[in-house]
Amino acid sequence: MSDNRRRFLKLGVTLGSVLTGCNRAKSPTAELDDEGPKRLGKPLSEYGERSSFETVKRSTPTGKNLEIGATRTPLQECYGVITPSSLHFERHHSGVPEIDPAQHRLLIHGMVDRPLVFTVEELKRLPSVSRVHFVECAGNSGSEWGPKTAPNVQNSHGLASCSEWTGVPLAILLEEAGVQAGAKWLVAEGADPCKMSRSLPIQKALDDILVVYAQNGEAIRPAQGYPLRLMVPGWEGNINVKWLRRIKVSAEPFYTKDETSKYTELMPDGKARIFTFEMDAKSVITYPSGGQKLLKPGFHEIRGLAWSGRGRIEKVEVSADGGKVWTAAKLQEPRHSKAFTPFRLPWTWDGGEAALMSRSTDETGYVQPPVEELIAVRGLNSNYHNNAIKTWKVHPDGSVTNA
Amino acid sequence: MRSLFVVVLALPVFLMAQSPKYKVGRAPTAEEVKAWDVSIGPDGSGLPEGSGTVAEGKDVYSRRCQRCHGAEGKGADDAALVGGQGTLATPKPLKTVGSFWPYATSLFDYTHRSMPFKDPGTLTPNQVYAVVAYILNLNGIIGPDDKMNAQTLPKVRMPNRDGFVKDPRPDTGAKSKKKAVK
Repeated sequence: MSDNRRRFLKLGVTLGSVLTGCNRAKSPTAELDDEGPKRLGKPLSEYGERSSFETVKRSTPTGKNLEIGATRTPLQECYGVITPSSLHFERHHSGVPEIDPAQHRLLIHGMVDRPLVFTVEELKRLPSVSRVHFVECAGNSGSEWGPKTAPNVQNSHGLASCSEWTGVPLAILLEEAGVQAGAKWLVAEGADPCKMSRSLPIQKALDDILVVYAQNGEAIRPAQGYPLRLMVPGWEGNINVKWLRRIKVSAEPFYTKDETSKYTELMPDGKARIFTFEMDAKSVITYPSGGQKLLKPGFHEIRGLAWSGRGRIEKVEVSADGGKVWTAAKLQEPRHSKAFTPFRLPWTWDGGEAALMSRSTDETGYVQPPVEELIAVRGLNSNYHNNAIKTWKVHPDGSVTNA
Repeated sequence: MRSLFVVVLALPVFLMAQSPKYKVGRAPTAEEVKAWDVSIGPDGSGLPEGSGTVAEGKDVYSRRCQRCHGAEGKGADDAALVGGQGTLATPKPLKTVGSFWPYATSLFDYTHRSMPFKDPGTLTPNQVYAVVAYILNLNGIIGPDDKMNAQTLPKVRMPNRDGFVKDPRPDTGAKSKKKAVK
């Protein structure tokens, strides 16, 4: 090591100690002096765990009954397209049932020629596909209609996650059962204690719905519907029925509690929109985002996620000045349909105030709107389907807040 | 364009539907289907035998529902079931069974399958008919002497029956304007 380099390292350590106000316990001289471990590491293992240094978590469940409610994905601390299964957001209505897959059955009945009962093993024998899709709760960003109280993107946008799902196309199961003429709807029901159920048009089933048993390369997690869930690409999370055990084919929808009392949008005229399935194109910046701190001016990569329930993301534009100037961000390829699409834009922070925004456009040409535009049409009592442009404010001290 | 695509896609599926291709799965018995099928249609299809009165419902409600939903359905820890009629177009809408739900059959379906929260599915059909009658009566939708059963319940007309509209989205931006012109 040259004298200069040695001096530089020593200076760094001294400065570091002064700045952090603490002495490094292990290395009195330099960060890079440590030659590495001298003892053997942990032995091989059968199922992996994350590093004990990693503490990223879903939001803490709150409320009187912890079997109902939601936990949120820490989008600000996730990377890439796929949300780790362990961090996928949760929304349950009567807790997570413990289901023995050997005992679980899927019943298909109603307006079919041949009602059928499938075991999980039988479903796994049928032709399978793997697809990358987001799941987003229709209530995601519900706190963004009024005063912006969410401290971070986990709270404001964390009811959205993205996984690779593997299963059998529902169209195949319906073919096996023989859908009768006049059948236009089906109702899907879970094996959770409340038997959560939702109606949906049969066309969607013939288009791209899957009955999935795997998520991100392994069995679906219990909190995501083990051993079977309905995967309804691009449609509101609630309809992706978990612990799927029954599908009834019908001529009409059933108007279940979760498609009348909930998941309908009340408009200013007192009428409510019903069967609002698709999730509109949306995007959000995850860095820099609320609660984070920029350590110093200079280069920062603006990062975020975009998705649309109507297909691929075509474009994401980013503004650092509150929407005056927009610049196209670079999109992560390949862009999956109805899936998270990460976007990135190099940015030099000048140390002043900045208002960071992102605006996505999907393959139908739909452009993510400002919240004012949504409110002008829908008022303030529609609760669900808030896909508005999100603004984060960067302050001169580097702190980032909701705006 | 999209609906045309779906129709074209759907045709061969229905034509193929005559013969199963993979022959996986088995036929359920009628009893198995009956035991699992708890779905109630808005026309009353699926409603079980049994009946209940408002008075019986008041008793069931006080023992099984009131702790969470409050006295006379006014709401406590959980949602109010009563009131709110006339508030939907105001800045502070109160969405209840009486003011918002379009079908009384949905109330039977949900109460039967999912309630009470901590003991879901433990109410008998008679108890569900009764508690539905009680809640409908509290909302002024049926009389105090009305009885709910598979014949009478589907005939109940909920105040907000016509309060729901189809999804008009996309409803913002250039696309919605184009739609409006058409």
